[in-house]
Amino acid sequence: MGIRTFIEGWPVYRQLTGTDPLGRGAAAQSPRTAELTARTETADSMARSVCPYCAVGCGQRVYVKDGQVTQIEGDEDSPISRGRLCPKGAASKSLVTSPLRQTKVRYRRPYATEWEDLELDVALDMIADRVLAAREETWEDVDSEGRPLNRTLGISSLGGATLDNEENYLIKKLFTAMGALQIENQARI
Amino acid sequence: MAEAHPVGFQWVMEAKRRGAKVFHVDPRFTRTSALADTYLPIRAGTDIALLGGVVRYILENGLDFREYVLSYTNAATIISEEFVDAEEGDGLFSGFNPETGAYDQTSWQYAGQEGESGSMDTSDERDTAAGLRHESHGMPIPGQVLRDESLQHPRCVYQILKRHYARYTPEMVERVCGIPQEKFLELARAWTENSGRERTGALVYSVGWTQHSVGVQYIRTGAIIQTLLGNIGRPGGGVMALRGHASIQGSTDIPTLFNLLPGYLPMPHHAKHPTFDEWADSIHHPGQKGFWGNARAYCASLLKAYWGDAATPENDFCYGYMPRMTGDHGTYQQVLNMIDGKVKGYFLLGQNPAVGSAHGRAQRLGMANLDWLVVRDLFMIESATFWRNGPEVETGEITPEQCRTEVFFLPAASHVEKEGTFTQTQRMLQWREKAVEPPGDARSELWFFYHLGRKLREKLARSEKRRDRALLDLAWDYPTQGPLAEPSAEAVLREINGFDVATGRPLGGFTEARADGSTAVGCWIYSGVYADGVNQAARRKSRHEQNWVAGEWGWAWPSNRRTLYNRASADPDGRPWSERKKYIWWDEEKGEWTGYDVPDFEKTKPPSYRPKAGTSGPEGIAGDDPFVMQADGKAWLYAPSGVVDGPLPTHYEPAESPMRNPLYRQQANPSRKVYPDAINSVNPSPPEEQAQIFPYVFTVSRLTEHHTAGGMSRMVRPLAELQPEMFVEVSPELAAEVGLTHLGWAHLITGRAAIEAKVLVTDRLTPLRVEGRVIHQVWLPYHFGYEGLVTGDSANDLIGITLDPNVLIQESKVGTCDVRPGRRPTGRALREMVEDYQRRAFMSPDRHAPVVTPPDPGTSDAS
Amino acid sequence: MLPDPNSLAGPLDPAPEAGWSDAPPRMGFFTDTSVCIGCKACEVACKEWNDVPTSGLDLLGMSYDNTGALTANSWRHVAFVEQPRPAGHRTPPFAGNPTDGSTSPSSAAVGATTGNPVGTEPGEPTGSPEAAARMAAGPEFLGMPGTQPPGRATGPENRSDFRWLMMSDVCKHCTHAACLDVCPTGSLFRTEFGTVVVQEDICNGCGYCISACPYGVIDRRKDDGRAWKCTLCYDRIGVGKTPACAQACPTESIQYGPLEELRERAAARVATLHERGVPEARLYGHDPADGVGGDGAFFLLLDEPEVYGLPPDPVVTTRDLPKMWKKAGLAALAVAAAAVAAFVGGSS
Repeated sequence: MGIRTFIEGWPVYRQLTGTDPLGRGAAAQSPRTAELTARTETADSMARSVCPYCAVGCGQRVYVKDGQVTQIEGDEDSPISRGRLCPKGAASKSLVTSPLRQTKVRYRRPYATEWEDLELDVALDMIADRVLAAREETWEDVDSEGRPLNRTLGISSLGGATLDNEENYLIKKLFTAMGALQIENQARI
Repeated sequence: MAEAHPVGFQWVMEAKRRGAKVFHVDPRFTRTSALADTYLPIRAGTDIALLGGVVRYILENGLDFREYVLSYTNAATIISEEFVDAEEGDGLFSGFNPETGAYDQTSWQYAGQEGESGSMDTSDERDTAAGLRHESHGMPIPGQVLRDESLQHPRCVYQILKRHYARYTPEMVERVCGIPQEKFLELARAWTENSGRERTGALVYSVGWTQHSVGVQYIRTGAIIQTLLGNIGRPGGGVMALRGHASIQGSTDIPTLFNLLPGYLPMPHHAKHPTFDEWADSIHHPGQKGFWGNARAYCASLLKAYWGDAATPENDFCYGYMPRMTGDHGTYQQVLNMIDGKVKGYFLLGQNPAVGSAHGRAQRLGMANLDWLVVRDLFMIESATFWRNGPEVETGEITPEQCRTEVFFLPAASHVEKEGTFTQTQRMLQWREKAVEPPGDARSELWFFYHLGRKLREKLARSEKRRDRALLDLAWDYPTQGPLAEPSAEAVLREINGFDVATGRPLGGFTEARADGSTAVGCWIYSGVYADGVNQAARRKSRHEQNWVAGEWGWAWPSNRRTLYNRASADPDGRPWSERKKYIWWDEEKGEWTGYDVPDFEKTKPPSYRPKAGTSGPEGIAGDDPFVMQADGKAWLYAPSGVVDGPLPTHYEPAESPMRNPLYRQQANPSRKVYPDAINSVNPSPPEEQAQIFPYVFTVSRLTEHHTAGGMSRMVRPLAELQPEMFVEVSPELAAEVGLTHLGWAHLITGRAAIEAKVLVTDRLTPLRVEGRVIHQVWLPYHFGYEGLVTGDSANDLIGITLDPNVLIQESKVGTCDVRPGRRPTGRALREMVEDYQRRAFMSPDRHAPVVTPPDPGTSDAS
Repeated sequence: MLPDPNSLAGPLDPAPEAGWSDAPPRMGFFTDTSVCIGCKACEVACKEWNDVPTSGLDLLGMSYDNTGALTANSWRHVAFVEQPRPAGHRTPPFAGNPTDGSTSPSSAAVGATTGNPVGTEPGEPTGSPEAAARMAAGPEFLGMPGTQPPGRATGPENRSDFRWLMMSDVCKHCTHAACLDVCPTGSLFRTEFGTVVVQEDICNGCGYCISACPYGVIDRRKDDGRAWKCTLCYDRIGVGKTPACAQACPTESIQYGPLEELRERAAARVATLHERGVPEARLYGHDPADGVGGDGAFFLLLDEPEVYGLPPDPVVTTRDLPKMWKKAGLAALAVAAAAVAAFVGGSS
């Protein structure tokens, strides 16, 4: 920066020479302020999404910069929400970027008093083993009259109303094939 | 609605701006009440008395929309002469079996059809929540019915309805609900004056209606009013359920529920559905009219989607692989089974029963008695930490060193870290694009269950066992993508939509489904969401670029119809009822139905069409029968079957009430689902002795600033700070009676638990005068638990387990309690206090509240 | 060079006055409290966009208000007022119920004493008991608050009438902004949209603005010492977007737009409400002739301003400044000129 531009950038210089003699407006604007722009404008991408809280189904626009969510706001085009959000929907960025979010698998052994770490693949494998064992232990082939039951009542599941249809479809399909009847979700609660 | 669905409430404000009158009925004055024209405080659990009063007001004054009622409802249908109304049975309809606490519905049938339909014993239907099946269609009834178009026949539905509600007078409404007569009449007048040809009225409810031991009948009563007033299938009308989770509608359509399969097909029952034919025929009765007649195609196509090449017509599409229900396998039965050690493993998928389910202590003790527990969530919720931080650790009921439950906490991907569809509260599917990859070990449920299934199949690959064939033959070959090997949600949606097996072409809609194995359809009611190979749920045509119905935003089931039964928006001749309320009408020149929405009717079936006698399926529906999913094409004011606790809604007191039922000897719903278990003690109610030990009524609901059990709000700073503590709202009158001070502490005690909360003394709560008595009600939010940025005792700990018999939802909107100033005891003393209350209320482990109320010599109030 | 003395009071268009040639129309907020549902989406949307820190986890007991006041850490604040008074033409909510007198004044008074530090300075305690009692009962309330237990409060024998007012408060972006006038660093400045914004890279935390604000809006964060307040989302409006709070507001209680247009809309809304039997509807801060030259963020209220915690007749605290200005201004100019000379001299 040359000295001339440096001085011309000075508020007091602008105040003395410009249209803002009191230095309360144009002359007082700092270079940082002058360069301010909405971060939605400089985002790398924007995803059309839907609010994850209640079932009104408000449209959301999710702005991303450098792989991070930088803003979530209402989708003005939505005929349901017309760009508006309630406090929960408006807090969606804080929800998905919360420092309290768990991002590592945690494991509690029987009778333990503390959590331990566990690799995701190992956890998945352990769960698969336990599902098969529980199923084996509690399997019911037929009822007392010999009619088919094909099931286990040794496994339960609860949840689904916060999940996607595609996810619920796979859950129901897999559990049904496993013979695990006892699936329930928030709709019953 | 402003409280729990603020953005939806913008449309109420829009209506208000255009002159609509808004009435709000709630035990407490909420943010919705603040904006309503008239607020009616009501005693929790008495809505059927209020709504029944409105039905009576309509019928006594002849204010029904007669042309609509005659043509489009079953008002003229004659009912069996064997039917005896609850008015004559002191609260019991004909067919009640005190042994099972359930009804034989034979006598409820349409005249001449006794024995042809209905259920001889509805206790099985109750255990399997069979009522849920009717989300998409009515019950089957055969053939033609007897009608009296003059509505004068004493056994026609219209006259039965009139007699049934004759005693639901404004005086009775006041006596039962605590709503002054003038207020009630203001509501009844406004409702009727704003219905008819030129105007429509809308009814909006939420779980304040459903979570009762007579919950389904609450909705039925609302539907009866809306039908009598001609407010169904018309713009600005309807009965709108505001649901509380992003895809709770989707999770019943594609159910993660024990008793249903996708598209409301029933999960097979071991005795009723031993074979594929019996299963399919139980859904569509041969010879039945209406669109449900194609059920066999939906059944076959679902099994084809599940088992792919292995499913053939010869092997009944692998129907033999299906697990079978034998009774109640619902979430509350499961929890009691956990306590008994019968359940080994438990998956929690974005749900937090330690806080969010009724009877929190039973939930936590159940989880403490598992072999293993998998918790998939964004945050470390109470249900993952009950073994170290739960209240039972403090009372000594759970000791970490002695609790064997092995816990896996698996972090979940958030809504922006995966793609897929939510189905919102108006049955609309909206596709979400993925914005970023999930952090660390976080994964979608799609990933977890796909890969879990893959591993199970790998581990069983060499199994010779017959039981493992269902897993090994499963169509489980979804393409994966990206660094995490995420299964393609779009491929799953395509399977849900359905496709032609030979060519792979996505189906255009459920009418293309076949029963011969040539089509595979994952969820028939969603068929069309991937029509033409296009993800219709991803459509985002701006509201500014289309009409107000906005049919090109997302996709609604069925067939992208935004208002169900919209044929009813036109008169029997197909003309709009009025210019103002024009929506769908018959275009004579083109010979088709047209309008702003997709017609919910066969497009070219003229209003004048009449079926030949004996015609079944869609052809059996006349051109002026708008209710095409009903077996007779009519809206049912009277339900001959499909609702297990009565063909007409009747006022019963909640399972826990301080009042004797002023209308009938029968105190509470005689067919409510009860769990006589030692842990599930129910507070006594009149005429039982000691009801006065729990003199106050409590109700729970949501705050705008929080979400459900708090897992997505108490962990989020800008929300947590807005409602930072558990509190109880009390009226100034109750505060004076009990000695509570604003911002001081109070504790509440029921037969299950005692919890503490800060006190908000507020004018927004009011005592009610009921039967000459003053009834105090308190209100609690149910969002709090022991983890997160803000913590507090859980309101759900107070609640016992008594369920609605139709859908097995718990009565969590009303209970009785005692209220005392100060903090609750801690440690062992806490249980001792609850046990002391149980002793004083004679709630011994072997005592059970009577299901059928015995005759009592007293008059109205036993206390 | 010296300003017209009139430009520190009275009506004017502030942006051109502050040296913005070709300024766009003055932009502002019209907050219509008659449709506010108290959801607090504005508070959250503001915090999300502007990365405003938490303002504490205290239950204040001021009805559903747990924010307490506008502070450096809360740039929108929704006030909740429970009153035993009729609401427009509406049917009394508790008519016919067995109620005694109102508790609102005494419980609000209790609530008003519970404010805890929120990490800002002066941080605005929630208010004095007297103010809270006035808020709850309306300006005519004269009883001593907090002296009687709830349920035994003075007031009507039977509280059949009741209303629950909600209002989302915000910086007023005054036409004559005393905060700006007294800011010695040029941190506070007038934007081309006529709004008043603190520049965080300039503010040195002197705090002069805090005592200057006639509304008690501007406030400092204790941790960084600087002053913070609503910017009317200067970064968003610069690219044609709506400020975060107005964008989120579900019921259009917060409306954003050219101030002239908003004033017309507001006048029409008041007329409609008067027609519909809400005679108490009135505007606040809309009048260019008021003590601050009119607000860039003005309100439709359903009661006296004091009820919402707003000053009834705010006056720009620098109204008398012009008298003092000549001396101070000349002195400042002399110092500034000397500074320029020193720099130019030093670098050559």
